[in-house]
Amino acid sequence: MAVKPEEFNFAKNDKFRTAMIPGKMARYLRTCKLWQFIRFIILNIKMLIVVSKSH
Amino acid sequence: MARLIVLGGGVAGHTAATFAADWLGRDHEVVVVTPNAKWNWIPSNIWVGVGQMSKEEVTFDLAPVYAKAKITYKQAKAVSLNPEGNTQSSTPYVSIEYTGQGKDGQIEEVTYDYLINATGPKLNFGATPGLGEGSTLGEHTVSVCTADHAVHAAHELQKCMEKMKAGERQKILVGTGHGMCTCQGAAFEYIFNIEHELRKAGLRDMADIKWISNEEFLGDFGMGGLHMSVGGYVVSSRIFTESLFAERGVDYIIGAHTSKVEKGKIEYELLDGSKGEEAFDFSMLIPPFAGVGLKAYDKGGDDITDAVFAPNGFMKVDADYTVKAYEQWKASDWPSTYQNPIYPNLFAAGIAFAPPHIISKPAKSPNGTVINPTPPRTGMPSGIIGKAVAKSICDLILKGKDAPLHQASMAHMGAACVASAGKGWLDGTAAAMTVYPVVPDYEKYPGTGRDTDYTFGEIGLAGHWIKHILHFMFIYKAKLKPFWKVIPE
Repeated sequence: MAVKPEEFNFAKNDKFRTAMIPGKMARYLRTCKLWQFIRFIILNIKMLIVVSKSH
Repeated sequence: MARLIVLGGGVAGHTAATFAADWLGRDHEVVVVTPNAKWNWIPSNIWVGVGQMSKEEVTFDLAPVYAKAKITYKQAKAVSLNPEGNTQSSTPYVSIEYTGQGKDGQIEEVTYDYLINATGPKLNFGATPGLGEGSTLGEHTVSVCTADHAVHAAHELQKCMEKMKAGERQKILVGTGHGMCTCQGAAFEYIFNIEHELRKAGLRDMADIKWISNEEFLGDFGMGGLHMSVGGYVVSSRIFTESLFAERGVDYIIGAHTSKVEKGKIEYELLDGSKGEEAFDFSMLIPPFAGVGLKAYDKGGDDITDAVFAPNGFMKVDADYTVKAYEQWKASDWPSTYQNPIYPNLFAAGIAFAPPHIISKPAKSPNGTVINPTPPRTGMPSGIIGKAVAKSICDLILKGKDAPLHQASMAHMGAACVASAGKGWLDGTAAAMTVYPVVPDYEKYPGTGRDTDYTFGEIGLAGHWIKHILHFMFIYKAKLKPFWKVIPE
């Protein structure tokens, strides 16, 4: 049976065994243009709030 | 007419000088002393270092910008300060040595009413045998600390990739070149940009990529890590950083002091006292930072460097430098006005000010070797501090010596940070993070030391878009193009 990409690295290195590895959906959303455009807006708002609190 | 001298033309110095020139107008003089002819947007050096940007895209000539802003520009390095003047005159002055403008090597004494020390760091390659000599990079590793270093790094990486194409497996080692380095973020960006470029080139399977760092845990970044609210949990940056390393197949050595660098090999000591060696074919190791080595003299010519500067060469300001245990550290130890306690017309901004202590938990190996990150003071905090100091000095000049000073403590300031993990408008990723405040305040936020409503992070393409837009935005601002003042630091 084929190994899922998110499970592949668990076997590669003992240090990776306890790490959280993103699954298919998380990896897809990272570069999904529509979702990332929404995140872009949200991240900018969040960052502007922090910037405004810091000046 | 008052004269303000700004030593350094980096983020803090350039911000301070340009705002001061704007606020003071023609009635007063702003002088910038910097050994560099070009301004460099250092965060984008990462992309120069993997061949995805040119040096010209991350730098521009300072002279025309300063001419436009009516700032007197002296391409020179500061050598010494005489804050009390000398036996002939009580006017304070700084001795500078020209590095350009056709006056190379000439010494000049420039008097001042106010001075901002924003020299940035000395890249202390000489602290680790084999890493370099003094502030000069050695021959065994590369660096991305300057645009020229990054061009060299890209060239060496390209040679490494050619070997992979020829079927020769390569070992890549990236991280910190000493137990007391800061700027882990830059090395973090570089290692994941290399990994991204190797994947794009179809060479990922030909490279063993390893991280080496003085951090006690992955995701410390010199700030003791950070905690974010995610999915109903408050999660350490360690979890997310370990996740990225595992996902991208990047092995790591942490809690490490790189003690020696040789051709193709480093020696290191770990926090448990054990020692090891690591071979490499290509390596980028960040050097530790130190002050630039400015000396200070009193009116009679006696050396007062120890009174004005901390032992690491950074300038003492209004911080609490009392040596105390980690458990007794407070947010209020951190400076807020950046005014020198002895000479009130001396200020420091950006990396040049001496922090009261580190932010991460201090750590030593059983052999007594200090292995902990020193505090980051780059980017947004540098810009905000530079602007606050400039405002204070402008008020002292324009409103009188009793004008209250502006404050910009890193314990009351947040920071937005975008760490690239691969460049590309459609397939790039970056970790976008904010922390508030930069220095944890466990009295105000007893849990994590920070406000988890304003401390967050996530990785994705949106982060890359932000990083790339910031590249254009900050270069635009630094060139003083229309409406530059509305762009925040």
